[in-house]
Amino acid sequence: MKAFSTLFTKVEQTTSTNAKVQALVEFFHEAPDEDKIWAIALFTHRRPRRTISTTLLREWAAELANIPAWLFENSYHIVGDLAETIALVLPANEHQIDKSLSQWITEISELKKQDDSVKKDWIITAWSGLNKNQRFILNKLITGGFRVGISQRLITKALGKYLEVDDSKIAHRLMGDWSPFDTSFEELMLSQDFKDAISRPYPFYLAYAIEKELEDLGSADTWSAEWKWDGIRGQYIYREGEIFIWSRGEELVTDRFPELHTVPNGINENFVIDGEILAYYEDQPMNFQHLQKRIGKKTVGKKLIKDVPVVFMAYDLLELNGQDMRHKTFAERRSLLEDLASQSKSEHLILSKLIEFNDWDVLRKLIKEARERKTEGFMLKNLASPYRNGRKKGDWWKWKVDPYTIDAVMTYAQRGHGRRANLFTDFTFGLWNEEGNLVTFTKAYSGLTDVEFQEISRWVRRNTLERFGPVNAVKPVHVFEIAFEGIQESRRHKSGVALRFPRILRWRKDKKPEDANTLEDIKQLLQE
Amino acid sequence: MPQLLEQDDKGIYCAVADVYIDPWKPVKKAFVTHAHADHARPGSAQYVCVDASREIIKHRLEATNVDSLPFGKPITVNGVKFSFHPAGHIIGSAQIRVEHKGEVWVVSGDYKTENDQLSGGFEPLRCHTFISECTFGLPVFNWQPQETVFNEINKWWNTNKEDGKVSFISAYSLGKAQRVISGLDGTIGPIYCHNAVENINEIARAEGFEIQDTMRLNIEMDKKSLTGGLIVAPPGFMNSNYISRMKNVDLASASGWMNLRGARRRRAVDRGFVLSDHADWNGLLSAISATEASKILVTHGYVNVFSKYLQELGYDAQILQTEYEGDEVEQEVVADEGV
Repeated sequence: MKAFSTLFTKVEQTTSTNAKVQALVEFFHEAPDEDKIWAIALFTHRRPRRTISTTLLREWAAELANIPAWLFENSYHIVGDLAETIALVLPANEHQIDKSLSQWITEISELKKQDDSVKKDWIITAWSGLNKNQRFILNKLITGGFRVGISQRLITKALGKYLEVDDSKIAHRLMGDWSPFDTSFEELMLSQDFKDAISRPYPFYLAYAIEKELEDLGSADTWSAEWKWDGIRGQYIYREGEIFIWSRGEELVTDRFPELHTVPNGINENFVIDGEILAYYEDQPMNFQHLQKRIGKKTVGKKLIKDVPVVFMAYDLLELNGQDMRHKTFAERRSLLEDLASQSKSEHLILSKLIEFNDWDVLRKLIKEARERKTEGFMLKNLASPYRNGRKKGDWWKWKVDPYTIDAVMTYAQRGHGRRANLFTDFTFGLWNEEGNLVTFTKAYSGLTDVEFQEISRWVRRNTLERFGPVNAVKPVHVFEIAFEGIQESRRHKSGVALRFPRILRWRKDKKPEDANTLEDIKQLLQE
Repeated sequence: MPQLLEQDDKGIYCAVADVYIDPWKPVKKAFVTHAHADHARPGSAQYVCVDASREIIKHRLEATNVDSLPFGKPITVNGVKFSFHPAGHIIGSAQIRVEHKGEVWVVSGDYKTENDQLSGGFEPLRCHTFISECTFGLPVFNWQPQETVFNEINKWWNTNKEDGKVSFISAYSLGKAQRVISGLDGTIGPIYCHNAVENINEIARAEGFEIQDTMRLNIEMDKKSLTGGLIVAPPGFMNSNYISRMKNVDLASASGWMNLRGARRRRAVDRGFVLSDHADWNGLLSAISATEASKILVTHGYVNVFSKYLQELGYDAQILQTEYEGDEVEQEVVADEGV
């Protein structure tokens, strides 16, 4: 654990990417292979199964710290991270236990079938023999969600440097369904085909939002445009008679979409297609909230399949009959994709249509139809672009329609946690109803600068009318412009509407509360 | 019957003496615990503070009407006895003890229980009612002894020096900055201070506080000549053009908030040193217990949680709604002051 904890500390103590990569390379040089593979797994969000419930961890930590459970919970709310809260409340350790990272993980997994009393003894012994930092890491190993400022890109870079292998190869090898319990460092990084390779997806190419004028992209005829669909980005893999569906979050979601389990009728070739999983009914995409119902369920019932049918909207072809196609131009890949899709007689595989346009103004006009067509805007792709790894600027751009906006009055404020524990950051907003009262319609907690958060926090501290636990009711004085992507009727909310991705666009200091919008105004949007 | 101290829209008020303590609006007579901007505000007709704080308050409030008393020496106003006692928060910080007809209240302002050798050791005062801050009133805040932190800071500075870098520590100009300077090993290299910090240093030195030699940072200086040195400046200065355009600088922040990973990430500093001028969880509890007070009024900080816990411990604890803000306001006040 010492080497890993040192690595962790070094990474935490710098904001420089180079220094982080350097720390990782040093770790790879020093650590044994079984620790290396675990470090990679943890940094790429793979973790051992949880063997101690968080409820028990909280209970035992509060007990050891000699504080009541409610006080522990309040502290947790402020700190925002369970592993960290536990590490901070426990009394300082008086001795030091030395075990390797993989040894700790093995012991954690062996707890699975043990009684709670055995688990408790184990964790209390462990906590008592580790310092704050190491305790935090141990807790993270148990609870998961190991986010430490090491991105996939960073670990890829470090491994590339350490192994002297090209980064893009490393990125691909890190993808897919592998676990350090049955895959060694050597198998994963150095052997070409190991047993899990047939399911392995490619790293997704992600686009940035367009930030310049369309004309600056160059001539319109060197670009393609497609509608940007609002579903789940995914890869549809057919290799050696097996089908795998991956989501962009690198989750294997094959089970959730039985419609896609048979190879589309007529296709005889192996393929990897990049595209969008969409809820789709009568030639129209359904609202994203319908798709959410399907993501939420591990097993999908017949009724759900009937109510929310799913298609795979194909964007790009990454592999054909075992051949990596990513280096080819988008135009070439697209033409191969069209050939492949034309063989399909399945209604569950749909080709994303290219929009015909000869100058940029055509798109400028057409984007006005984006909402009506149930899309988020356009994807623009340079016809000569290869399929790249990760988020890159230049060849692909997403062009989203402007969000809906409305002016609302802040009514409640709540302290933030974690990064913003000392500020008020979670706000509730209201709109005026016919009786002249403010009706709560949404919460939002992002969109202000740190300076604005400080300013509003100071104001909240002085203008609290009432406290409800962590929530402060404040004087209805400040107007904020709220942006959101979609709106639906909702019976669960008093306002009768539910918003998709609400956030604060700007603080309208120029407006008085009476200038804010009404509930009637927002309900008008439902009709559109 | 009215209480000895009450809170109104101007501040904490003693009606019998017609005296306010740390008022947030201008009043006739203001007793002030310390010179931080949320406790000492401009505009009052008369200020009374402890000797060690007088010149600093004059400087910060641009006030001339400031009277002062030594620690422990009482002054009687209309039969109410007031006295100042060390609070250990920053240079010249005091608790104010108020006694009338045998009833004793203590307004602690901000305080810490560890003696930093600059701010005067916190003096526990027996009282009936104790008004306490609770900026860090959660069991996750437990400070290490300052020696340990200073060792880390000096080690970090030394490493930066070896790497040919400038070290930068953000610390608010009154209090934290002088405490950091007092812990620095001046043999490593020169210490440069931002104007806001150096102004306070000069006043403090003139008042007899021992603060080692520092140099006033001047933006005309060749940046290369700063290599190996350490800059102490208020947090706002970290985002200035001067610092953001500086290459080879390692940024650190010294604050109790650095105890939380999230807060470290928000500041976007390379290093966060956990060094606070406020009492930690156990510090608050032990200070309160030492007063032997049965009634505790808590002001700024995690007031809900902390008062509830005190109630569970058997105290009559309530929240006092003040406009004190801990250190946050300090960080903004100096943000605009250029070099």
